Amino acid sequence: MAKLNLAIYWAASCGGCDIAILDTNERILDIAEIADIVFWPIALDFKYSDVQAMADKSIDICLFNGAVRNSEQEHIAKLLRAKSKAMVAFGACACFGGVPALANFTNRAEIFDRAYIKAPSNDNANHTFPQTLTKVEEGDLELPECYDTVLTLAQVVDVEYFVPGCPPPVDIINKIVDALASGQLPPVGSVFGSDKALCDECDRVKEEKKITRIYRPYQIIPDPEKCLLEQGIICMGPATRGGCGQRCINANMPCRGCFGPPPGVIDQGAKMLSAIASIYDVKDEAEVKRMVEEVVDPAGIFYRFGMADSMLKRKRM
Amino acid sequence: MSFEPRIVAFLCNWCSYRGADLAGTSRMKSAANVRPIRVMCSGRVEPVLILKAFKVGADGVLVLGCHPGDCHYAEGNYKAARRMPLLKKMLEQFGIEDERVRLDWVSASDGVRFVSIVDDITAKVRELGPFLRS
Amino acid sequence: MKRIVIDPITRLEGHGRIDIFLDDAGNVANAYLRIPELRGFERFCEGRPVEELPRITPRICGVCPSAHHMASTKAVDAVFHVDPPQVAKKIRELYYCAHMCHSHIAHFYALAAPDFVLGPTSDPAQRNILGLIAKVGVDIGLEVMKNRANAQYIQEVIGGKATHSVCGLPGGVSKAITEEERSDFEDKAKTMVEFGKFSLKLFNDVVLSNKEYVDLILGDIYYMTSYYMGMVDANNKVNFYDGDIRVVDPEGKELVKFKPADYLEVIAEHTEAWSYLKFPFLKKVGWKGFVDGMDSGVYRVAPLARLNAADGMATPLAQAEYEKMYSTLGGKPAHHTLANHWARLIELQYAAERLLELCQDKEITDPNVRTLPTATPTEGVGVVEAPRGTLFHHYQTDANGMVKKVNLIVATGNNNAAMCISIKRAAQGLIKAGKVVTEGILNMIEMAYRAYDPCMACATHSLPGQMPLEVVIYDSEGKELDRLSQYIS
Repeated sequence: MAKLNLAIYWAASCGGCDIAILDTNERILDIAEIADIVFWPIALDFKYSDVQAMADKSIDICLFNGAVRNSEQEHIAKLLRAKSKAMVAFGACACFGGVPALANFTNRAEIFDRAYIKAPSNDNANHTFPQTLTKVEEGDLELPECYDTVLTLAQVVDVEYFVPGCPPPVDIINKIVDALASGQLPPVGSVFGSDKALCDECDRVKEEKKITRIYRPYQIIPDPEKCLLEQGIICMGPATRGGCGQRCINANMPCRGCFGPPPGVIDQGAKMLSAIASIYDVKDEAEVKRMVEEVVDPAGIFYRFGMADSMLKRKRM
Repeated sequence: MSFEPRIVAFLCNWCSYRGADLAGTSRMKSAANVRPIRVMCSGRVEPVLILKAFKVGADGVLVLGCHPGDCHYAEGNYKAARRMPLLKKMLEQFGIEDERVRLDWVSASDGVRFVSIVDDITAKVRELGPFLRS
Repeated sequence: MKRIVIDPITRLEGHGRIDIFLDDAGNVANAYLRIPELRGFERFCEGRPVEELPRITPRICGVCPSAHHMASTKAVDAVFHVDPPQVAKKIRELYYCAHMCHSHIAHFYALAAPDFVLGPTSDPAQRNILGLIAKVGVDIGLEVMKNRANAQYIQEVIGGKATHSVCGLPGGVSKAITEEERSDFEDKAKTMVEFGKFSLKLFNDVVLSNKEYVDLILGDIYYMTSYYMGMVDANNKVNFYDGDIRVVDPEGKELVKFKPADYLEVIAEHTEAWSYLKFPFLKKVGWKGFVDGMDSGVYRVAPLARLNAADGMATPLAQAEYEKMYSTLGGKPAHHTLANHWARLIELQYAAERLLELCQDKEITDPNVRTLPTATPTEGVGVVEAPRGTLFHHYQTDANGMVKKVNLIVATGNNNAAMCISIKRAAQGLIKAGKVVTEGILNMIEMAYRAYDPCMACATHSLPGQMPLEVVIYDSEGKELDRLSQYIS
């Protein structure tokens, strides 16, 4: 089988997905055997002009991680789409928006105001802001335009495959490498991971989902054997796709939903909100009020990774 | 032409839909801004339906169920009574004003109450303006 | 003016672009390092429950997420006015030493070593991890991977995941260490100590025994003086996890030693319109522009700076190497930017030794790893030494622990101005009128920022063995004048 051309790119990303690829350790040598990596800014010195010069569809697979939140990222996403046979939304940010999409609760003006004006360490009496065009003594300097709204990859270009997780776990990456090596890719549109919610694979003891109190993780020391949600700690398990190996649960901390919604669920946050209200077993109006107070920052917990992919996508401003 | 709000109303089959029906057959006058959707129980109205209503063009959403204690399915309206205030708290974080979403109780015989609630939410949403900002 | 653009700069975390302007004679007039992205963490963390910030802020960086996780956890301790049990602090430090090992191994072997093992202007096709393995042998490559994997594994066991751990809570950690785990960690730590020695020996054999490299390190193009900042323990020895922060001047004299909570008295941030990344500087000295020296408030962080700001290393093997380094470089403080690579390996040795110490601590398997907070939350600062520099997390909350304000000064950000100066100096030293600009020269300019390990230490360099490179030269009207490329198909 001829070597594949593989591109790996990061948009509004932290680099964790790239490190996840490297955490496959020796398997990276297998990747090198089956593919030529033709673009990978974190690791290789190919530049944008190299991608520009490639023939259309000459890249077999492009693993694109990170959300799209500025003009440069949108441009490169479209460029890579043109040059690639298949685009893979790699990681929670590319799939759902990820943590950067929490910026959809605000906008560019507010972000700039905090960073460049209000931050207590600032020395910026002139209120200088980054500009898309700055004239300096030597010439013009351009910066990409920062958007108000963070987008998923699929909101910008067509995407063939989705790999959730923040970052995707090594065993799922290994499955992708196996698929590439054997030439047997799953059907277009597939999402890697389990077809069921996380609760299905979580090995904690589940008895009955009825609670009368919600605890923030720092308020109690939970029983390490029992379901966290049944102990009153909000855990996104019921509204999250499985396949991650329950790594956070194993550390005695609740799931925050980085694998996105399970199949059939279009809005992860709304689903979880409904679940919490359903299991909180009170009828009295005053107790309902207490429940509402106990759920702090519902939007930030239920949409921690999925703002860009949610029904409303962003705050009305 | 001034703004006329579009209100989606989820009405439960056993109580509020019949109350709405009664208002209609009694030829009671009310604001004409409501698009009714009949569901079997207010407990069926999951939050994503309300979000979708806004997404596809609603300016306000009304959910009407049986009075507490009278639910045809015993517990359904209690679930609605928990979901809605929590949803409204979350919608505030999305910049959606409290008065755009309302949960209330209307019995099958209370056409008058149905009309009063419809008029009230319509007036409030008219004042708030369209959901979609230009 | 003619312009050379490197876009994007590669082999670092985050996005960057360098614009080099040439005057009419063909000499470098100026060089700008610009960061084209801002994600807005300081703003969108507002309104979040403060105890969630240790799970949100690591998404700032996926190579040093554990640094953010620890700084954030310490900040929420401070916000809740809660003191974790001793064992929890030790577990955090053990976890954190493992993290430093992962990060320093990744940077040195994947980014730095090829430049030295194969040569700064060597054939770009070989100047990468594969070429390095070919030269030194597959066994060494696997040993590198094994030790970094061990470091990631320790973080995963304690933190749930190595990348984006979840164990940090105000008042402690979410999980204790079992005896079985401790014993396993101890074995891995011992291997790591040996690997630290091996890495330093490799550096000695390949770099320090090669006059050409020593000249490069000691030479002018990578030399700049500055203030230096680093975290130190009570004995003024380097500590990554906890301590006070010390700043020394270009002559090595202490300027200030401050507690994390007082950082605003020492540091301020300057803004330029041509970059999204701000430029921290020392308030006491003031912002004088992109210049170095005693009168400029520009300061540096990360390995060389930490060693400069401290009086020594707290563990014996690292201390011996510390002394050797300064004697080779001609005293303290050392201003030779490339010496960061050496300092990084000395830190790897210390991290491994400290990791082993903590694994052998009798207390480390104590199951009581949490103190539940009881006080009303208000405000707090948490600081650690990230692999790439001092990292500040500052949170303010309401009485319910909901975040009102966040201020972050992130590791590499401290080095922003210094990197600009370094790049300009290297460009001016290497690009001269009449000289052809080769890819070797461009790589040597890249080495000026690479020594700072700018926030992204990624493992492999160039897997297919080629380093396609293109340099486009534009005139002041943006018309293309010349194009140099290699390995571009």
